[in-house]
Amino acid sequence: MVVMNMVQALNSALREEMRRDRRVVVLGEDVGRRGGVFLVTEGLIDEFGHERVMDTPLTEGGIVGVAIGMALYGLRPVAEIQFIDFVYEAFDQIVTNLSKVRRRTGGMYSAPVVVRGPCCGGVKGGMFHSQSNESYFVHTAGLKVVMPSRPYDAKGLLKAAIRGEDPVIFLEPKILYRSIREEVPEHDYTVPIGEARVVQEGSDVTLVTWGAMVHKSLEASKIARAKYGWEVEVIDLRTLFPFDKEAILKSLEKTGRLVVVHEAPKTLGLGAEIAAYVAENAIELLKAPIARVTGFDVPYPLAHEKLYLPNEARIIMALSKVMNY
Amino acid sequence: MAHHFEAHKVEEVLPFIDAAVSLRRFIDEEGNPVEETKVQLSSELLLKMYVTMVRARILDEWLLKMQRVGRVAIHAPNAGQEAIAGAVMALREEDWLFPSYRELSAYIARGMSEEEIIDRAMANADDPLRGSEFAVYGNEKYNIVPAPVPVGAQIPLAVGAAIAAKILGHKVVAMTIFGDGATSRGDFHSGMNFAGVFKAPVVLVIQNNGWAISLPSRRQTAAKTLAIRGVGYGVPGIRVDGNDIVAMYITALEAAERARAGEGPTLIEALTYRLGPHTTADDPDRYRSKEEVKLMERLDPIVRFGKYLKGRGVMTEREERDIWKEWGEKIESIVKKCYEKPSLPVSVIFENVYSEPTWNLKEQMEELEESLRIMKELGVKVE
Repeated sequence: MVVMNMVQALNSALREEMRRDRRVVVLGEDVGRRGGVFLVTEGLIDEFGHERVMDTPLTEGGIVGVAIGMALYGLRPVAEIQFIDFVYEAFDQIVTNLSKVRRRTGGMYSAPVVVRGPCCGGVKGGMFHSQSNESYFVHTAGLKVVMPSRPYDAKGLLKAAIRGEDPVIFLEPKILYRSIREEVPEHDYTVPIGEARVVQEGSDVTLVTWGAMVHKSLEASKIARAKYGWEVEVIDLRTLFPFDKEAILKSLEKTGRLVVVHEAPKTLGLGAEIAAYVAENAIELLKAPIARVTGFDVPYPLAHEKLYLPNEARIIMALSKVMNY
Repeated sequence: MAHHFEAHKVEEVLPFIDAAVSLRRFIDEEGNPVEETKVQLSSELLLKMYVTMVRARILDEWLLKMQRVGRVAIHAPNAGQEAIAGAVMALREEDWLFPSYRELSAYIARGMSEEEIIDRAMANADDPLRGSEFAVYGNEKYNIVPAPVPVGAQIPLAVGAAIAAKILGHKVVAMTIFGDGATSRGDFHSGMNFAGVFKAPVVLVIQNNGWAISLPSRRQTAAKTLAIRGVGYGVPGIRVDGNDIVAMYITALEAAERARAGEGPTLIEALTYRLGPHTTADDPDRYRSKEEVKLMERLDPIVRFGKYLKGRGVMTEREERDIWKEWGEKIESIVKKCYEKPSLPVSVIFENVYSEPTWNLKEQMEELEESLRIMKELGVKVE
């Protein structure tokens, strides 16, 4: 075991996969000599050369489109979007090609591309360096969507994403890049896509969350226990699609109360899908209406961003709503 | 970290594609006149050009300092690229500007004050853009449309505004400014193509500063210059010395006149150099040599133009010193004034999403207000 932050964990996942499989290539803006703006790809160009670590011209559409072509031919490209907020130029390629190649070629071709990049807020990044735009991808059939909340999962999930047969949108909360360090195995391991993790057990409320909000939710649950005696079960979804419905239902059998916390805006955020799923399939388990704590339905603000993001007070408000129903 | 820089000869150190291709210039690297301009430039205009660049340089240094002490979120340093002001000074008041995020001198050239710029950078109570974003500036007062941060996304907008002016019969020109990196994006292609097809009265200025973060412009394209990329769109392209403010002014003036006369768009590739990091979050030592930066410091547009003005007798040594001193003091006192301003109200989070707030925003504003009360109760400090 080595103690790593998320950047180091992601870097070691890429390095190990590139050593293991020569089909794995990395491409993106500034990923070579600069090592990526957050240094996730640092040093890879020295070990693998500029053919497998490509500093590309500045065009997300080009990066993803070319990655899809490489994958059709048999490579395993990992395409970096410098900030996920810049992905929209590539949206055409993602929706038109990446998500649909398998389907539209009758299963003859597939594009196992990993599109990865820093997401989410909390770093004074303003409107175009802070977005949580996972819903666009979850809404697009044919894509798997992942968001780790800690170094261990980041490494294991990225390896699983690279080895899988489907395209994966891999979202990395940039505020967690260097803020959390933990032991990460040096040996080869993967974290399966599609499995949630119970971060904290509890019997009163199920709190489903992901990314940086896992940590915010844990903080809030501490206050909830100390102040009100509520035991909150915190589930880190890890894979946003296909999300782990069993983990949610299993927890609800115990608690009967559901709160979903996410950074993305409320309307059609993934919380809406989770709430609808539970309402359709397990309404008899519920002792209270479902509550959501989310970013507001506005473009991500520069001013007062900390108030835009879900915080302990807003999470407590939601817990209190379901506990005191 | 050790880095291998492949280049050894001075010419190879240059980040530009084929830097040997000749540039249009009126002032050489030492500040000597190369040729006379056909249009007579008044001393007043020349001095205004100099002062505009000086103001932008001093302001740039302040914004860097303010970022370091946490008063500004992020700053994209401008040093070395101030001669873009020349291109903007060629516009008329009624013309429109669609800049990028590294053009302080352009805003000043359009009449924006340091105070307005600093209010914006700090996102304080007087921020005209109401705390929406960092590093971008603009105001309808000056016909400057604030840039979207993703590069090049403003190019088709400028073309569209130009086409609109043409449809409405206005003799108005739109100018857009973007970097070498933006020329790789689809928006450059579609903007150029529309501009060509519809003969839009638009001037497209590439600030080719050698580097798109870590990618040298010679790796941004395999074309011999960026100016020749106009050929494929039927748009005339011209390469100018982007650190020669007179060349920038004259070239943009010709392009704007062409546009106003109904002759369509012009692509201007201005060769300049980013002396500082991409932003305050960047570390250029990871990708370029100090030797290169030193080499390019010799081309500083302000130093060069100062020599030129002194050589022509437009400015004395003493006047030069006074300009720096005067603006240094003025801007320092403006910074102090801006520091005292209150922050924006929390309600800005919900402003300007729609023309009228929708029901969900009203509900969410109430949720936020309640949470502020609960924070007090719980003793949770969020901001």
